[in-house]
Amino acid sequence: MKKKSILILCVSLAVCLALLWLLQALLMPKYMANREGALIAEYYGNAGNNDVVFIGDCEVYENFSPITMWEEYGITSIIRGSPQQLIWQSYYLMEETFKYETPKVMVFNVLSMKYDTPESTKEQDQREPYNRMTLDGMRWSVSKWNAIEASMTQEEREGLGMWGYIFPLLRYHDRWSQLEAEDFQYLFRKEQISDNGYLMQTGVKPVMGEFTEAPLVDYTFGENSYYYLDKMVELCKSHGTQLVLIKAPSLSPIWWDEWDEQMENYAQEHDLVYINLLDSQEQIGIDWTTDTYDAGLHLNVYGAEKLSSYFGKILTEKCGVADRRGDPQLSAIWAEKVKIYHARKEEMEAQS
Amino acid sequence: MQITSFGFLLFAALLLAVYYLIPKRAQWALLLAASYCFYLWAGIEYLGFILLTTLSTYAATMAMAARQEKQEKFLAENKATISREERKAYKASVKRANRVYLIICLVLNFGILAVCKALLIEPFKTAASAGTFSFLSLGLPLGISFYMFQSMGYAVDVYRQTVKPERNPFKLALFVSFFPQLIQGPISKFGQLAPQLYSPKKFDGKQLSFGLQRMLWGYFKKLVIADRIAAAVFALRGPEYTGVAFFVLTVFYAIQIYGDFTGGIDIAVGLAQALGIKLPENFIRPYFSKNIAEYWRRWHISLGEWMKDYIFYPISVSQPMLKLSKAARKRMGNFGKRLPVYVASVATWLVTGIWHGLTPNFIVWGMLNCFFIVLSEECSGLYEKFHGRFHLKEKKWYGGFEILRMFILMNLIRIVDLFPRVGDYFARMGSLFTTFNFRILWDGTMLQLGLSALDYIILAGGIVLIFTVSLIQEKKGSVRELLWQKNPVLRYALIFALLVIVLLMGSYGFGYDASGFIYNAF
Amino acid sequence: MEKLLEILDELHPDVDFETEEHLIDNKILDSFDIVTIVAEIDAEYDVAIPAEELIPENFNSAKALYALVEKLMDE
Repeated sequence: MKKKSILILCVSLAVCLALLWLLQALLMPKYMANREGALIAEYYGNAGNNDVVFIGDCEVYENFSPITMWEEYGITSIIRGSPQQLIWQSYYLMEETFKYETPKVMVFNVLSMKYDTPESTKEQDQREPYNRMTLDGMRWSVSKWNAIEASMTQEEREGLGMWGYIFPLLRYHDRWSQLEAEDFQYLFRKEQISDNGYLMQTGVKPVMGEFTEAPLVDYTFGENSYYYLDKMVELCKSHGTQLVLIKAPSLSPIWWDEWDEQMENYAQEHDLVYINLLDSQEQIGIDWTTDTYDAGLHLNVYGAEKLSSYFGKILTEKCGVADRRGDPQLSAIWAEKVKIYHARKEEMEAQS
Repeated sequence: MQITSFGFLLFAALLLAVYYLIPKRAQWALLLAASYCFYLWAGIEYLGFILLTTLSTYAATMAMAARQEKQEKFLAENKATISREERKAYKASVKRANRVYLIICLVLNFGILAVCKALLIEPFKTAASAGTFSFLSLGLPLGISFYMFQSMGYAVDVYRQTVKPERNPFKLALFVSFFPQLIQGPISKFGQLAPQLYSPKKFDGKQLSFGLQRMLWGYFKKLVIADRIAAAVFALRGPEYTGVAFFVLTVFYAIQIYGDFTGGIDIAVGLAQALGIKLPENFIRPYFSKNIAEYWRRWHISLGEWMKDYIFYPISVSQPMLKLSKAARKRMGNFGKRLPVYVASVATWLVTGIWHGLTPNFIVWGMLNCFFIVLSEECSGLYEKFHGRFHLKEKKWYGGFEILRMFILMNLIRIVDLFPRVGDYFARMGSLFTTFNFRILWDGTMLQLGLSALDYIILAGGIVLIFTVSLIQEKKGSVRELLWQKNPVLRYALIFALLVIVLLMGSYGFGYDASGFIYNAF
Repeated sequence: MEKLLEILDELHPDVDFETEEHLIDNKILDSFDIVTIVAEIDAEYDVAIPAEELIPENFNSAKALYALVEKLMDE
């Protein structure tokens, strides 16, 4: 009798745990409509054998197309981008990347230098959901743990803290009243929504007039930002990877000259390449009336292809990234990616 | 550490596992260590307070015990030679001497408590008027009102020689700091709690299961009900909400404080039960009370008992009171007979009010309670005649009416908690008779209080569930005991369902302010 | 004992104090009653019942209460 009741208890516990796990899977956002949140998780399926890894915020995953760089230069590359990715998140993503592959070049977009702490970002109430889009997609590792520790806002710390990440059910528990069809549809399997980290946009919305922002009181980047940039430099050095700093040619938010100067100096001091692509808009051939889908904040696929074509050349010539098209195995894998990319482009163009 | 935090649950789980694995004679030491961990977690700056109470109580009780022992020895040795009068005089002298120790101990501890509470008056007022008010932000040392009252009760008991003093300072430290009740009580009596704390506990699956079930029920009340309605209670405090809106506030606050306080007690009592320790019940479905005296026998019982034992009785049976009684009886008849009781009542409610806070509104709260208790006592004869004449007691609906009447009366008294400026309270009370804005109930006002329609549905469902469970408890006794008789799979399914409800519908995590238990600030 | 029963009967004429053994546990006597009883006993027997003796065991039955009064008178 006693044995039987213990058996019932154990089986019941197992069933309950399984149900809780299912519930958690159901309640976590799928990011299939709001695709930006699904980017980070897609890396793992495409990791390994990439010579170039891009890391940063929307200015990398909206502006660079790895497929174009493969088509034109045979460069194998991938983007680890996520919306409003902050520099410590970029650092830990970089650290994690080295566990999966050792690229020849690491490209980091320096816009996030402007945010020194989780508290210094704009729109504080949006901070946590954005953090989630970067952090939830990461697989568990020391890097993820540290990334969470570095990213949590004060409010989060006082609330669920780390537990909200270990058991996302706790964080998303009240989504039950907002569940949508996609939550059920993609409960177990998600769709691939990016092309090696590039999030395609085919719409066109031309730039209207000049961008203006109120001048700052102090243009000096924060200590914390520099701390993580230093760590990136060290990390890449220890793996024999070249770190390339870039500023993508997005017009807004404004990239101040004072900031540009600091990055120039930093690159010089640390013997790095820093490329401000805003300076080469003409050479790239960006036409701000046709190559942006949101009036200058990000490029659309036509702009991204132009930029990739330009930047691929730099990678080949300046950084010595090899042409892999001769490798039959890689060619087969990439041929598949190219096919998906063009099919996606056609489909999206037909829709818009 | 928040009792609703995941860290607390993990802490409790770890403690339970270790507790039943280690040798049984070490269990109490583990409880002590856990209690101090818990306390340190709340803030190292508060450690001094609890240590001071522990040490002063220990010193005073040991000093008293030494005298009492000497007395026993002396009386035993000289049994044959001393007369009854000498014996009485000797005993009295020992008691007098011991009273000095007791008074030093009481003054020291209550002095600290008073200073702590007095320092909070200004922040309390400014926070309340600025709208940033939260009991937790007041920063009173965790559970100070609870452990201090418990310790002082013990000191008095030793003085009265109704308990045997604890000689092991560490064991006493556990009695003072036992962590489940540190947050918001119950205030236990030494004679009832201490022997349980130190005795070895064998693993008992049923007790463990019952304890955990009770904790879950507590989390349900706290997270699903109290923390959800908190937003509306906060909003309704605004000066624009008068008349019917004020009445709604009193009902909402009744719901909030019930969920918050009884839920917290369920968590504390449940955890203690899982540890094999039975804490006293603090609530017996108080909202089912039919008169105010009954209400106070069913609400915050442990505080009421403390007040009765250490304030009400000592005052009402003291020599001056007995003299007053004799004198008053001659002049005022029956009322005079009851006069000492009323004087003691006023004193008791004054202290009870002060215990809740030093701002005037809590004094008013205590006096209102006292007034209605005395009033109902004075009118009890009239009532009985009235009831008898119309045979009301036999009618079923009348019981319901009495309960509703008491619920509304207590709501109107209790709400003064929220108005540190007493004038505001009376102005709102006045508006009940001048402002009949019933339309706020359906014109959308209710949806602007921070609660959505869905929130109201959840609240309504939750309240129905609590009401049903309370009815079953009232009629058939323990719900857990009833479930225990049923098929285990059904039992597990019900518990799991409740767990899922708490997980999904609890107000916690992102977007919710970590809200502390209301009562741990008192 | 006679006088004690008189005191009690006056408080609650409807209760049979000679047989009832759970005056406190069954909530027949409340704290107000107890204090009244103490005052009456003080007047009648000239015995002051101290606060520490106001415990359920001493007040659950008339018999127990009488024993308490006798004990206190004895001291």
